Amino acid sequence: MDSIVSLKSMGKVFHTKNGDVKALDDINLDINRGEIFGIIGLSGAGKSTLVRCINYLEVPTEGDVYFEGKPLKQMGEQGIRNIRRNMGMIFQQFNLLSQRNILNNVCFPLEISGVPRAAAVKRAKELLKLVGLSDREKAYPAQLSGGQKQRVAIARAIATNPKLLLCDEATSALDPKTTKQILDLIKDINKNMGITVIVITHEMKVIESICDRVAIIENSRIAEMGRVEDIFANPQSDIGRKLILGDVLPNKEIVSGVKLRIEFDGRSSFEPVLSNMILSCGIPVNILYAQTKDIGGSAVGHMIVQISGEEEALKAKRYLDSIGVVYHEVELTEGKELI
Amino acid sequence: MTSMILKGLFETLLMTVASSFFSYLIGIPLGVVLVVTDNTGIKPMPKLNGILGVIINLIRSVPFMILLIMVIPLTRIIVGTSIGPVAVIPPLVIAAAPYIARMVESSLKEVDAGVIEAAKSMGASNAQIIFKVLLPESKPSLLVGAAISVTTILGYSAMAGFTGGGGLGTIAINYGYYRYQTDIMFITVAILVILVQIIQEIFMRSSKSSDKRIR
Repeated sequence: MDSIVSLKSMGKVFHTKNGDVKALDDINLDINRGEIFGIIGLSGAGKSTLVRCINYLEVPTEGDVYFEGKPLKQMGEQGIRNIRRNMGMIFQQFNLLSQRNILNNVCFPLEISGVPRAAAVKRAKELLKLVGLSDREKAYPAQLSGGQKQRVAIARAIATNPKLLLCDEATSALDPKTTKQILDLIKDINKNMGITVIVITHEMKVIESICDRVAIIENSRIAEMGRVEDIFANPQSDIGRKLILGDVLPNKEIVSGVKLRIEFDGRSSFEPVLSNMILSCGIPVNILYAQTKDIGGSAVGHMIVQISGEEEALKAKRYLDSIGVVYHEVELTEGKELI
Repeated sequence: MTSMILKGLFETLLMTVASSFFSYLIGIPLGVVLVVTDNTGIKPMPKLNGILGVIINLIRSVPFMILLIMVIPLTRIIVGTSIGPVAVIPPLVIAAAPYIARMVESSLKEVDAGVIEAAKSMGASNAQIIFKVLLPESKPSLLVGAAISVTTILGYSAMAGFTGGGGLGTIAINYGYYRYQTDIMFITVAILVILVQIIQEIFMRSSKSSDKRIR
């Protein structure tokens, strides 16, 4: 696949008064042209630093960023500025110019890159139409809602026809309904304009709803990376399980028996897997936890079941093997998290 | 007497307007340099920033009356005389420019770092950030600062009366203080009070009407 951005053994160390802080360590990542790539992690994991390294707002201290195959480290200041014009960026706090009206906010990046005023205004009007704010072009940011401000920020970010759009927690300051609208807009832009999108978030629902692939960041490193369906169906890392399962807590009452985590991909969720297993094995099954999500149009999820008795568990495992459903035996001890 | 006071008023206005103009001519670039070269600025230059900071603080710590006398030789070189309203302009500018630089610095620092980051992410150069982001975004705050700075300059200009600077300050000192004509002193003070009110009001109103954050 043709990658638009590559990060090669990239690291970032901040030198602070209290010693060095390693924000990123050995990051290797290829972003494919045209995809929506998600980067998720808890706060402090280094994801914001990562996205800032991509447009060199932060300069990596190790390794480098390659944009369309060219390393950024060898470009001068002017070169970096030109590269940045190929990368739009939106932020959690929108960061609009408060003293300029909406139209002039969208004109701003065009002005910076030397587009004549008339052409800039024409382009800005088109973009405001695209984001559905044509009627507000004379308004100032203070007069807009959060969702409207983010729409303006998106229009501004794509004004110079960038190849890449970086979204740094772009929906984290918005309510769920507005979040959905903004995510839909980002998805539309990705589809219709062919702009590659990198999304930074701490919310799994953002990844689920728009991303093709995801990287999970923990302690400055990539813990896990892959297609969103695969990661959701079968997270390999501890942090992956934690992010996907959320706040599943152990139930102290249930510690006996064998616990199996059964994974459902899009296919198996249409089959009554559990009923069939109970009927064909003739064993009692206790459901401890279950969750399904709609990811990219297919239902994926997992379920944790408790089966008392080793023999019964063996039967169940054989049955699951025979129908090709993925499962893992899980430990469940008091005081530890479920998965 | 009226013509004398009118002449004084004219001289005071001349000193205030001219000194404010030249002080801002120096103060704005100086304030911008202070912000830009700061550790958190867009072009950190700690040494230059430190040196400028020390110079500014040095000048600001000299009482204006002392400064007025200290710079007399320099005033003679610049304007050819050390008395009269025009002679007050150089010491006023020297005293006010560092003060204004600090006012401008604090106004520019109010600009949200996120907005500057956004401009950077669009490929803006440092000059573009200064002229298209920092200065326009801090305009309302700069105008509030100007209300304070210009009224301070007006006050300082009156002080120049002690060294024969001319203007309302000289009238108040010569007639009110040396000749015990308290009525003239009160009239000049009243005019100064009204002037301060007018200047304050003009800048505050223009600040408010230019600010797009509150509607």
